[in-house]
Amino acid sequence: MIPTPYHVRSRRPDRADTVTLTLEPVEGACPSFLPGQFTMLYAPGVGEIPISISGRARSGGYVQTVRAVGAVSRALCRARRGDVVGVRGPFGTHWELAAAHGLDVVVAAGGLGLAPLRPVIRELAAHGARFGRISVIVGARTPSTLMYPRELARWGRDFDVQVTVDHPDRAWKGPTGLITKLVGRIVFEPARTYAFVCGPEVMMRATAGELVRRGVPAGRIALSLERNMKCGIGRCGHCQLGPLFTCLDGPVLTYDKVADLLEVKQL
Amino acid sequence: MEAAVLDTLDPLIGALRERGYAVVGPMVRDGVIRFAELDSAADLPVGRADEQAPGVYRLHERGELVFGFAASPDSVKRWTHPPRSTLFRMRDGVPEPAAVRAPKVALLGVRACDLAALAVQDRVFLGGRHPDEAYRERRAALFLIAVTCAVPGGTCFCASTGTGPRADSGFDLALTELTGPHRFLVEPGGERGAELLAALPSRPAGDADLETARGVGAAAEARMGRHLDLGGVRERLAEGRESPVWNEIASRCLTCANCTMVCPTCFCVTVEDGTSLDDGTAERTERWDSCFTLEFTELGGAPVRSSGAARYRQWLTHKFSTWFDQFGTCGCVGCGRCVTWCPAGIDIIEELERLR
Repeated sequence: MIPTPYHVRSRRPDRADTVTLTLEPVEGACPSFLPGQFTMLYAPGVGEIPISISGRARSGGYVQTVRAVGAVSRALCRARRGDVVGVRGPFGTHWELAAAHGLDVVVAAGGLGLAPLRPVIRELAAHGARFGRISVIVGARTPSTLMYPRELARWGRDFDVQVTVDHPDRAWKGPTGLITKLVGRIVFEPARTYAFVCGPEVMMRATAGELVRRGVPAGRIALSLERNMKCGIGRCGHCQLGPLFTCLDGPVLTYDKVADLLEVKQL
Repeated sequence: MEAAVLDTLDPLIGALRERGYAVVGPMVRDGVIRFAELDSAADLPVGRADEQAPGVYRLHERGELVFGFAASPDSVKRWTHPPRSTLFRMRDGVPEPAAVRAPKVALLGVRACDLAALAVQDRVFLGGRHPDEAYRERRAALFLIAVTCAVPGGTCFCASTGTGPRADSGFDLALTELTGPHRFLVEPGGERGAELLAALPSRPAGDADLETARGVGAAAEARMGRHLDLGGVRERLAEGRESPVWNEIASRCLTCANCTMVCPTCFCVTVEDGTSLDDGTAERTERWDSCFTLEFTELGGAPVRSSGAARYRQWLTHKFSTWFDQFGTCGCVGCGRCVTWCPAGIDIIEELERLR
């Protein structure tokens, strides 16, 4: 339960309320992580929250994107280069990329949900030959809240990347509306497809539901769940979803394990 | 060392104090039996009996027993998993773990249900992938003196959960209070207890003492007025998430969290972070939390379980159903505390029946 001090090596404001930090241990090396895992990030004296790891920086540090919504995330977003923050972890389950080998791949991200999927997409870009057709579909509230726009453009050269927004601005020429609409605009063979889905819970349910309707097996649809967490190690009790501790059994779980639980309101 | 008979508890208390233990036992405080440090056996609540019912707790003068009452709102949890503890302090960017407070405490008058709760806590705190070393230390510093329940409380149902009223294991010493003449049968539960017992002025227990002692637990069990049929409860709750009963219970539940505070197995915590104004030291404190608060599931500014029905469902379902999935055992030990201390008198036995 004791955080390890990390330096903020770099700080990049992404959007109006999100900041991407690169964090390196004050001493020693970053523990290895698997795509989809998270750390508990501690703003000294303010508090600690779970944040997914979006990648490893060239220098070896963790790349983590934080959206300022509460006291702790605001403090983390305000952190400046050279500041010390605390890190515990990495914790939790990961995206099973090997399970998608030889299959078509659908990556579906809603809003900030693109952050935990970024290491998946980078892996797909690096080892495209191990997978079938690869499609990335992304939903954002507005064009200006779309995460990682430059990387999306770059990934678009390697595979099919489609973006939809809820509220277009004048310059927007792409699709509008729910991300589920994009499922019908990409090419994949449902029975031989693996999907990685992350975003607000309502978006994940709708997307997973649409993929199942099209014939993707529920056991090949991975979601990343979000719950209140105070510890990350199954001790505080806050992140329970029915029998699951989201921090230990998740955050990444296949839809067949959670579909029933997500159906129940306020579980 | 075989069972022995003690006429008074003072030598026991004295021997424990000599060995460096603070002896903590039942005392009357503010009209309630609480657990606090004893100086001598004179501090024990002789002749006090409790009346417990849903939403009711009263003390009366009755009889001559030292342990003539049932569960106190305090349980062993208070010592193994304290209500507040500091985790670390961080100054100039360097976190320092806080020293674990694990004082040597002898708990006198622990009930079978509380020992069962301790076994549940062992699974929760030590059985997983991230064992809690502070818990291990605090637990190892305890000397446990059980007492057989002679008088079941009005909300007890340990006979149904198979966790009492007589303790079979998990203690250092077990007492059974006998009358005519007044005396205590003492049985050691292991090396440590046997060693201590050998040092006390006692006499060997006779067959009559042993037989009378067996009768105490059996009589308490026979007089336990409450029964919970656990058959199918786990499945009933897992399948009953959409039951209208939850809304009906929520119309009475005040979501006050009393049940979770007095529950001997509830383990949920939250953390509080702060910074000292003197020298800028950041500090993190862990404290008991409850699934009945809105903050418990707060996510992005809104609680996941915004309704009282959802919060009550979480609590009861966790105790009797998902606890099995997580820890391979039931989360309830039948002590009845949550029923007694519910200000609305919500009775989990009745509610589990209604969910049938």
